Amino acid sequence: MSAAREPVVDLALAREHGLSDAEWERILEILGRKPTFSELGIFSVMWSEHCSYKSSRVHLRTLPTSAAREPSDGIGTVLVGPGEGAGAVAIGDGLAVIFKIESHNHPSFIEPTQGAATGVGGILRDVFSMGARPIASLDSIRFGPLDDPRHRMLLRGVVHGIGGYGNSVGVATVGGETSFHECYRGNILVNAFNLGLVDADAIFLGQASGIGNPVIYVGSKTGRDGIHGASLLASAEFDEQSEAKRPTVQVGDPFTEKCLIEACLEVMATGDVVGIQDMGAAGLTCSSFEMASRAGTGIEMDLDRVPQRAANMTPYELLLSESQERMLLVSRQGAEQRIVDIFARWDLDAVVVGKVTGDGRMRVRWHGETVVDIPVDPVAESAPCYERPTRRPADLDERQKLDLASIEPESDPQAALEALLDDPNLGSKAWIWRQYDSLVQGNTVLGPGGDAALVRVRREDGAPTGRALAMSVDCNPRWCWLDPRAGTIAAVAESARNVACTGARPLALTNCLNFGSPERPEIMWEFAEAVRGLGEAAVALGTPVISGNVSFYNETSGRAIYPTPTIAVVGLLDDARRHAVSNWAAPGLAVVLLGETREEIGGSAWLALRRGVEAGVPPAVDLGHEKRLHGLLAEAVAAGLARTAHDVSEGGLAVALAECCLTGPARLGARVTLPAGLRLDALLFGESTGRVLVATGEPDELLARAAAGGVPARLIGETGGERLVIASAAGAAWIDTEVDRLAAIWERALPRRLEETA
Amino acid sequence: MFAVIQFPGSNDDRDMRFALKSALGVDARLVWHKQAELPAGTRGVLLPGGFSYGDYLRCGAMARFSPLMAAVRRFADAGGPVLGTCNGFQVLCEAGLLPGALLRNRDLDFVCEWQHVRVEQAAPPFTSRARAGQVLRIPIKHGEGRYVVAADELERLAASGQVMLRYCEADGAVTPAANPNGSAGNVAGVRNAAGNVMGLMPHPEHAVEALTGGCDGLLILGSLVDAVGGAEGLQ
Repeated sequence: MSAAREPVVDLALAREHGLSDAEWERILEILGRKPTFSELGIFSVMWSEHCSYKSSRVHLRTLPTSAAREPSDGIGTVLVGPGEGAGAVAIGDGLAVIFKIESHNHPSFIEPTQGAATGVGGILRDVFSMGARPIASLDSIRFGPLDDPRHRMLLRGVVHGIGGYGNSVGVATVGGETSFHECYRGNILVNAFNLGLVDADAIFLGQASGIGNPVIYVGSKTGRDGIHGASLLASAEFDEQSEAKRPTVQVGDPFTEKCLIEACLEVMATGDVVGIQDMGAAGLTCSSFEMASRAGTGIEMDLDRVPQRAANMTPYELLLSESQERMLLVSRQGAEQRIVDIFARWDLDAVVVGKVTGDGRMRVRWHGETVVDIPVDPVAESAPCYERPTRRPADLDERQKLDLASIEPESDPQAALEALLDDPNLGSKAWIWRQYDSLVQGNTVLGPGGDAALVRVRREDGAPTGRALAMSVDCNPRWCWLDPRAGTIAAVAESARNVACTGARPLALTNCLNFGSPERPEIMWEFAEAVRGLGEAAVALGTPVISGNVSFYNETSGRAIYPTPTIAVVGLLDDARRHAVSNWAAPGLAVVLLGETREEIGGSAWLALRRGVEAGVPPAVDLGHEKRLHGLLAEAVAAGLARTAHDVSEGGLAVALAECCLTGPARLGARVTLPAGLRLDALLFGESTGRVLVATGEPDELLARAAAGGVPARLIGETGGERLVIASAAGAAWIDTEVDRLAAIWERALPRRLEETA
Repeated sequence: MFAVIQFPGSNDDRDMRFALKSALGVDARLVWHKQAELPAGTRGVLLPGGFSYGDYLRCGAMARFSPLMAAVRRFADAGGPVLGTCNGFQVLCEAGLLPGALLRNRDLDFVCEWQHVRVEQAAPPFTSRARAGQVLRIPIKHGEGRYVVAADELERLAASGQVMLRYCEADGAVTPAANPNGSAGNVAGVRNAAGNVMGLMPHPEHAVEALTGGCDGLLILGSLVDAVGGAEGLQ
């Protein structure tokens, strides 16, 4: 059983496919014979790091994936955990949210616009394949320094890709984060998040159930694009030859995706759909194996029926193509024509390509020949699982060593503030998010540029429930490099705190773990530590991990990125109208600082930018305090006591105060007084966690509630005027400047660098 | 009843329907572009924003050939009100129902932001609820919104009261700095000579509630409702 014109299958070819010698032996054992060329292709993608999580599974198993206890009102119950396209959480009113974040790092470095666009398209399909209408996207993107023309090109390309796809497909991009660091010079990161809304009792799973049910291919035709994107591009580090991998990057078509969303949601509403899954990484192969494996069934498929856009495609190509905007669907018997008709109305193909069988085998025919005949489970669920060796990096102690006494104190706080606001990591990102449609679907209460986005909940028929969803994506890679566990805990804490600043209660989280090569014990140690921290923080904050993605091999010529576990927390706000904003809401409000400022400048932006030092231990995180802070903020916002709530993070208190002045529809100043006692640079620019700036009309009431809730709080000033003044209790002003002056610096930080030789 | 035309790739079709329902209490029906006729009882037609046919050719260039567009033309010729927003504006220009064309933004990038526009004409059926000179705050979100028309044609349009909205500063000053896309004469919206077909790049359907940013879009959509006899007249 071999198709014509195919290479001889042997160990050498298996190695070329990225399989190890042991994996080759295991294939021979499973089949009791040599695989066909198509079968070898299937094993290589299904057992690639990208699809099988073979290096990460032993660690990921430890994560909390359900709520600690069943909530009485059902809100926060995890309806679907990791393992499906995305995770699902109940949000009351009979509704659920489905969300996930996923990487598209390697393709975006090779071809930024299409790489980023197909990243957005893929995560959307993960969400709407479960029956949800995608309502909001976030993205986390990281580049090398902008003085490198290549990275200016990459930033432009990625932004065009995200915008071009998201805008056209009609899903609002409501927020995200962007950062720049030397460690991403050889490997950029593009992590795309999407959230959809679904009736809690109408969630669809990727299961090929019901023997005899038809297997239906829907969406775009299959071409030769993206073959081995998952196995060769995403599961190996880069070297000088990576440019040659450009043909493995797929091309996105948001128009077809938009039609596919509408057609799929329409078909799902008929009750005819048994199971459905995106044909994402590894295309037809991965989707059919996973669907059969979850249902404990088999599938019989005829490749000649697959809609094709290129002539003379081989079975190998048909099975491994990563052409975009395709889905595999299993329906009830007899519903075939109704389904075909709905897709035809949207000018999309829907073709019965096979049926569900009961023998647990995948059988694929092509030109009358059987080209694949393998048992499903050993390929999908019994994929290799490695407990790779870990080793604490030899230089970790060196990284963490920081003698404060040797760091020259800041002598010019105003210049330091201006330098921080001029840094592209801290400057305004409006140049980016102005290019994204953040308003489509009409639910955006708080869009990009604040701590978290806030999106109103509206049923499919348009009726609002009164609630809103808050979401934020965060990671401080420098902290994760200094201490992966502490850095990951801090990322969860920050993302949850951002969500809490709107007044919402954090519900659950998703994560995208971006690391170097798992074959290096130091990287594997960083990974294991990060997962440990993720689990600890998720348990302590009551935010289960409902979905996630691992991206290894983010390294080039032996240089890995900083560990970058991107965390996205989603929260629920009961009354959308009662929310806080991140800018000063009005003049004449009292400014209260929640949380404590300690002498922590290790790993800070100030230390890196003003002293050129990346060292120390990251600021401590008190998860109990964070949890109390969430409760206080939710209560204070609901009671109208906190009209502004802004997280203090990178750049410290001075930058957070400046942001409150700058990020509103109209600029507004403030005057604050801080107690002395710490090093001035730690006081103004240190990044102690667990702090939030609140503007309130009733400071006494807020302080009383904070005291009752066990949250340290201090009245530090008042909003108003056109200047930002930060003074010592003794009276001397450390910073006294026009807000307009800061605005001019902050707003130009990114554009001026892009214009350099644009 | 209002008809909201649904092309493949329309994105703001549902938003338009929800806006009419939630803020004005008016029912609107989504009408698929492949139909030959508008539903009986159609009192007004809305062409929504989005990316019809992906806008892979010129924006709106494919949609104008949709079967339903012939019926929309007959409806307009008979004096029925037709309002196109964003992609809908582009479709109306491509169909020759409105003068001018919409090209790639001056700065080449897509732009999404809340924008001030000045009402140039306060008249039924689209702007009767506003005052001439009134400044509205309504979002724009487009990559190809640069309104282009010959200079003498622009003068003629202005003289005949066909220029409906211009991009402006918060105080109503029409300045180059307030022009987000390089449109000729800062034009954000125009109508036909008969006055019953209007296109605009801003999205009134996304400015209908304080919760999501503001209500100024109601001055336009509400005018249209008034013009056909109010919410009761539409039931």
